[in-house]
Amino acid sequence: MTLKEFNLNYKTVCNLIPENVRILDLGCGDGKLLKILKNEKNVKGLGIEINQDCVIEALQKGLSIVQGDLDKGLDEFQDKSFDFAILNKTLQSTKNPEFVIYEMLRVAKKCIVSFPNFGYWRVRFYLFLKGKMPKSKMLPYEWYNTPNVHLLTISDFFEFCKKRNIQIEKSIYLTKRKVSSGFKIKNIANLLTEEVIFVISKNK
Amino acid sequence: MKIENYAETKFYKLNEPVALKCGKILENVKVAYQTYGKLNDNKDNAILVLHALTGSAHAAFINKKTNKTGWWDNMIGPNKAFDTNKFFIISSNILGGCYGTTGPSSINPKTNKPYALDFPVVTIEDIVNVQKKLIDYFGIKKIIVAGGSMGGMQALEWSIAYPNYVKSTILIATSARLNAQAIAFNAVARNAILKDANFNNGDYYNSKHPENGLAIARMIGHITYLCEEAMYKKFGREFKEKPSFDFGIDFQVESYLDHQGKIFVDRFDANSYLYITKALDYYDPIKNHGSLENALKNSNSKFLVISFSTDWLFTTAQSKQIVNTLIKLNKDVSFVELESKCGHDAFLLEFEKQTKIIKSFLGE
Repeated sequence: MTLKEFNLNYKTVCNLIPENVRILDLGCGDGKLLKILKNEKNVKGLGIEINQDCVIEALQKGLSIVQGDLDKGLDEFQDKSFDFAILNKTLQSTKNPEFVIYEMLRVAKKCIVSFPNFGYWRVRFYLFLKGKMPKSKMLPYEWYNTPNVHLLTISDFFEFCKKRNIQIEKSIYLTKRKVSSGFKIKNIANLLTEEVIFVISKNK
Repeated sequence: MKIENYAETKFYKLNEPVALKCGKILENVKVAYQTYGKLNDNKDNAILVLHALTGSAHAAFINKKTNKTGWWDNMIGPNKAFDTNKFFIISSNILGGCYGTTGPSSINPKTNKPYALDFPVVTIEDIVNVQKKLIDYFGIKKIIVAGGSMGGMQALEWSIAYPNYVKSTILIATSARLNAQAIAFNAVARNAILKDANFNNGDYYNSKHPENGLAIARMIGHITYLCEEAMYKKFGREFKEKPSFDFGIDFQVESYLDHQGKIFVDRFDANSYLYITKALDYYDPIKNHGSLENALKNSNSKFLVISFSTDWLFTTAQSKQIVNTLIKLNKDVSFVELESKCGHDAFLLEFEKQTKIIKSFLGE
């Protein structure tokens, strides 16, 4: 597989990662992203994943994976022991997102956090017009079986970081096939973006 | 036509006496071993598989005489988890055992009689030390070690004792040390043997063996290898026939334990059971090195740790202790807890998932 064939999310995350760094992929699933980063950027990576079948699939890709629950914290990891921690489309399904973000900021110098934007106009219109919990390609679940227990918008995340003195180093907005890194007005970004990728950090 | 692979036990006599951890010296040590597959020209494709409490060197293939397969035959062989087309697999009986390697039932050269309780107490460290001498005899450059349960403890000790020599370590259903509950079960098992009327202070080789005690010890062991769920699935509360209204064997579970005890006395030496459970109880790299971090800090091995959800003898928490230590030390480690209803026995039974995991860990 070449970089061109990856989906936009993987491609964008991959472009944010320098070569030969140490990566912690939180909620790594079957290890697709970690495998790409290993091949393309020669990273030294470790994945954490709660689902046993995903762990086995990721191990079969030749990756180092530790089965674990992000919501229980990252006690075993030393402070700043990774260059990057990645939380790719996982934040919204953690039980305690605030704790998970604090923990990843503790163990890594920089963090990449991505999530589907609940403020996207199509999502808003779905709720507004149908009066039902929004469903889309990115949010394919029903209200009663969704793992996404903490859905949020881009504006929510900006506010969250501001209140906690977390630096947002980069924000990348993805919509269908387009990537844009700058909207002058955050509210416009919140309306037009389907998925967002942030690079965040926190100095002590 | 299917070509059967036959197992063959060979013996290696150590050239030098072995200095044991207890301070004593053991002479004329002999090691029983088997090998499967071929050692390559670089001598770097060897995997040492390490047996649990009552295992033998016969890990794989068929014993021509008994027609039985080895204890890990579902994991070792062509295209299996430990692929004999690629790897040279070595399995040896542990020091203190009763399957060919020197142990309490071996002849003491000083008295020309079996050692019995004159055999020195051996430790996991001693067991590994003797295995290393066998590996050196093959001239192996780097080694992969793998084991479950007590075999996992030996694998862990290998990575601690030979930090630059071990390139990969596979730890299955194991822990860095037994918890008090596991030691307690071993203590009761040893007591059953020690209190048997035929025990005669271990000197029973020319008379009746302490079979009742050894059978009870085995029954206790089998309780710890299962779990509530496995027992329910296997036996439930089923009667063998109907209530006897005496103290004979009524329940299926009683019948199972009785059978396991009975077949065990024909294949195992009671003194070996005492010595090996002692080695298991004593093993404690955390205490011996100050901490597990200290013990493992120099290791250059990759690690794979596997635990089983219903194993209460070697718990997932104990596996995670090893994993967390390795993470703290920035070592290359993978860990998975496999769902199973088989208790501690799972490591010998749940081979499909283990095969997938171990194959990819060893590199497809």
